Amino acid sequence: MSGYEYSIWILLLPIVGFVVLGLFGKRYFNKSAGIIATALLTASTILALCTACQYFFVNGLQNEVYPKVEALQFTWLTFSPGVSIDMGIMLDPISVMMLVVVTFVSLMVHIFSLGYMKGEDRFATYFAFLGLFTFSMLGLVVSSNLFQMYMFWELVGVSSYLLIGFYFQKPSAVAASKKAFIVTRFADLGFLIGILILAYYGQSLDFNAMIQTLSAQQSSGYLAITSASFLGISALTWGLTLVFMGGAGKSAMFPLHVWLPDAMEGPTPVSALIHAATMVVAGVYLVARLFPLFSLNGVSLTIVLAVGLFSALLAAVIACTQTDIKRVLAYSTMSQIGYMMFALGVSGYTGETGLGYTASMFHLFTHAFFKSLLFLCAGAVIHLVHSNEMKDMGGLRKYMPITHIAFLVACLAIAGIPPFSGFFSKEEILLASYNKDMLVYIVALLTSGLTAFYMFRLYFSIFHRKAAPDLHGHHSEGTFSMKLPLIILTICVIGAGFIPFGRFVSADGTPLQTNFHLMFSILPVIVGLTGIVIAWWMYKKETGKAESVARSLGGLYSASKNKFFVDELYLFITKNIIFKWIGRPAAWFDKKVIDGSMDEIANGTLEVSKSIKGLQSGKVQRYAMFFFGGIALLLIVFIYIWK
Amino acid sequence: MVPVTHIVFLSTALFFIGMYGFLTRKNLITMLMAIELMLNSVNINFVAFNKYLFPGHLDGIFFTIFVIVIAAAEAAVAIAIIINLYRSHKTIDVDAASELKH
Repeated sequence: MSGYEYSIWILLLPIVGFVVLGLFGKRYFNKSAGIIATALLTASTILALCTACQYFFVNGLQNEVYPKVEALQFTWLTFSPGVSIDMGIMLDPISVMMLVVVTFVSLMVHIFSLGYMKGEDRFATYFAFLGLFTFSMLGLVVSSNLFQMYMFWELVGVSSYLLIGFYFQKPSAVAASKKAFIVTRFADLGFLIGILILAYYGQSLDFNAMIQTLSAQQSSGYLAITSASFLGISALTWGLTLVFMGGAGKSAMFPLHVWLPDAMEGPTPVSALIHAATMVVAGVYLVARLFPLFSLNGVSLTIVLAVGLFSALLAAVIACTQTDIKRVLAYSTMSQIGYMMFALGVSGYTGETGLGYTASMFHLFTHAFFKSLLFLCAGAVIHLVHSNEMKDMGGLRKYMPITHIAFLVACLAIAGIPPFSGFFSKEEILLASYNKDMLVYIVALLTSGLTAFYMFRLYFSIFHRKAAPDLHGHHSEGTFSMKLPLIILTICVIGAGFIPFGRFVSADGTPLQTNFHLMFSILPVIVGLTGIVIAWWMYKKETGKAESVARSLGGLYSASKNKFFVDELYLFITKNIIFKWIGRPAAWFDKKVIDGSMDEIANGTLEVSKSIKGLQSGKVQRYAMFFFGGIALLLIVFIYIWK
Repeated sequence: MVPVTHIVFLSTALFFIGMYGFLTRKNLITMLMAIELMLNSVNINFVAFNKYLFPGHLDGIFFTIFVIVIAAAEAAVAIAIIINLYRSHKTIDVDAASELKH
């Protein structure tokens, strides 16, 4: 008995909501669906907070580390006595932290959706899908083994697909949902192969057992996986890199990031929940979960570092030129996840070197709050303006004071201005990268400045820039249920930074004392402020400054506006190469050779039957004639030929 | 004693007369009679070969009696079918009964 048996209900309550609302919602609970789902999730959130409280404060440290607790474990499928797939709930610092984050943000989004989605046709279905997503995400974070994680990983993919395509009447939403599903599925192919490699050498799917087998330097598993190689690269590197490919797909890392901006076709609260706060950080979570293995393997950790860093910078550059506010936020999400990734990439495993790991998880934690807040604010703005385009907004601060303050706080947080939460987590990441490599530090700093710039570009364009527009007496900021989550999240964004995160989460489980370096933090803050000032100078008033700057940048500006043509490149590869040189010949072979031979068999049968059907004339005497003829033939055969 | 070839000749002639009648006549009753001819030619063969090859045994005779009994039953069934055919088609022409080919 672990004392955490109740934690299963954190998962079960959302799925109960999904089943009930999914089956009966439309008929019986179309009005009350939101209330039911929110009530279930409130209970779930309270349980998650109880779990966290019990884990960190009641049970606390054991032998100087936070233990990994198997709250629940049962065998799900047994293939043979040695091979079975288990299901379980594993509690350790990061999964407990994620439980709180996922349930909390999901609850905020549920409450926000009560107002935002009011009057939708498929109101109950929407909440059912949200329940499914929450269940899957919670299952993912508490997974005790890699295969269970993979299953929930696919489930979050499905629920993300369903929610992106929620407005399925819009062709763009359908295309976006397909794109998201296919791109992440493609990445998951790598993930699956990676799982198989790791599980084969690790002799187990269970995280703890696998990590133990593969990380003990003298064990046979470790020797086998490091000595086996393919194309000159060891099996461990292959396994981890392929697993990271899955993570990169889900977390929208370059070059698998193309689905995330399009995923903004979904309802805005969904973007806040799935495509900002929770699902897209699953890749970071996966790397963190397997971090003991990654930290052993320099090559795969370098890949994580490089991909994360490049994605962070690329997305930040793209975000500066987008005009759709949700797309700006999407690229900003991608950039921040890049931050988390490279923070893991610069981290070591033990003691002080594990700062990057702690910083990454800390940033994940704070990012969940301020990014979901940004998205919910964007949702409130879109709700009022009925447009996603920046040019339709401006001067809204008069109409939406609460949204305005919340958005400002979240922008300051993401820009890394003290004392908001983003400052603390970003400062730790920068410190970790500074300790590791100067180049990484400089790129990170540059990205940080760009982040401040594009966030405040967004802020000024939405809330300042123009005089307050006339909205035809349509002045409301939204219902109470839309304002409440904004207020709560704003408080979280302000407060979350003061949590001594290193005490709870660190790579090896022992509390890490993170010191606050005043001198070190001056430079990042100055860079952030510079970004804000430039944004203020360009976008505070409607002048031609922004346009003239864009013109002077020329090619860089248009490349960034067109997202560096990654989409076009993919389209070219798929359409002109794969479809033309593989798809079409394959289709021809299928139609002509495979279908063709079957068709010929059918046609031949038809022809033969046509030619002999005259024999069945219905004339009894003809039949008798054939009968006698046949007998005569047999007689001749038996008497003269076959003596 | 009559040589066996005479009897075989008779029965063969009878069989082929019956067969000719079955294949050429259109009247179902005539065709039935032709079948009886063929059956009887077989009966003659049975009796003759029993007499010449296995004198003192009765197996061939029994077979003949069997055939006669079954022919009687067959005639009863056939005539019942013919009567029904006549009731539905108002004819007993064999070519009229060709619906089953479809």
